[in-house]
Amino acid sequence: MFYIFCPYCKEHREEEEFHPRGQAHLMRPADPDNCDDEEWGDYLFFRDNPRGIHHEMWVHSVGCRKFFNITRNTVTYEILETYPMGEQPTITADDPSVRHEQGVQTADGGWQTVGAQPESQALNEEASS
Amino acid sequence: MSDVKEFETRPADTSRAESPLTWSLHEQKSLPHASNPGIILSEKPFLGHLVVRGGAIVLDEAVREVMDMALPAKPHALVSDDSGERTIQWLSPDEWLIIVPGGEEFALEQKLRQSLGQSHFSIVNVSGGQTVLSLKGKWAREVLMKSISYDVHPQAFPVGKGVSTVFAKATVILRRAEEDGWELVIRRSFADYCYRWLLDASSEYGVSVTR
Repeated sequence: MFYIFCPYCKEHREEEEFHPRGQAHLMRPADPDNCDDEEWGDYLFFRDNPRGIHHEMWVHSVGCRKFFNITRNTVTYEILETYPMGEQPTITADDPSVRHEQGVQTADGGWQTVGAQPESQALNEEASS
Repeated sequence: MSDVKEFETRPADTSRAESPLTWSLHEQKSLPHASNPGIILSEKPFLGHLVVRGGAIVLDEAVREVMDMALPAKPHALVSDDSGERTIQWLSPDEWLIIVPGGEEFALEQKLRQSLGQSHFSIVNVSGGQTVLSLKGKWAREVLMKSISYDVHPQAFPVGKGVSTVFAKATVILRRAEEDGWELVIRRSFADYCYRWLLDASSEYGVSVTR
């Protein structure tokens, strides 16, 4: 269970009072009539599925019924911050301290283990049998 | 003057109104009556409920003028007038619940509309959609602890607080207007469910239901 701080109610509430509403900060193309299909399709259908820091929109459906955003680590399930609609996150995946401490690197070279070191050559190589 | 059409939802004729709990109480052959009740449950039917939405500043001015009360600005604040019969509760940053004695709500709505004029606001009379349950007695807090995930310890839930939260599998607005009395504002369609849940949860402490 998450214990979520609602930025409007100004207190922590149980997860059952909330609903997740998907990725936050989706921007509608400024000129829909003149954007290409790929841009419009990305806006409508394609969502990020990052391993690590993710900005999500949630709604406090049982409480104040307001939408707000959560910065959450999808690996550790840690909620790093919550902030009202219209504001920008203070913690992003580019934040070097977060990147190092939370282990949020995307998987590459066969590296899948949480907490593994990407710079460790031994871990990245397949074991020879 | 606002140009919104208003209508009296409870006309002064002989038509009978039934409170949301009428059916539940009628179904029971006799109301529960413990000799030494730890829980005293009763409905406060036919109160006037208004949901008011809009900017806090304009609404505060109107409410001060019409009701002589200040609009609670802090989250989860609940204020009542001297008699304790009229209350205003914070529901969200732009939404408040006003509960007044039954029959006053239409006049109050008209006065508020008059005072608010053309500003950006909404007033909805939800009197028919919800009812108030009063939960009293020595074990009232224990019953709430079984039913609600929200912290009802006096430290976290002082008198003058009200929250909307999950109650069993329904939603309630839980209010604490006095030291030993809790109020649950429940939806009409969930009234029977909440009533049965409360009876079941409080049976171990001995429960009396009063009309």
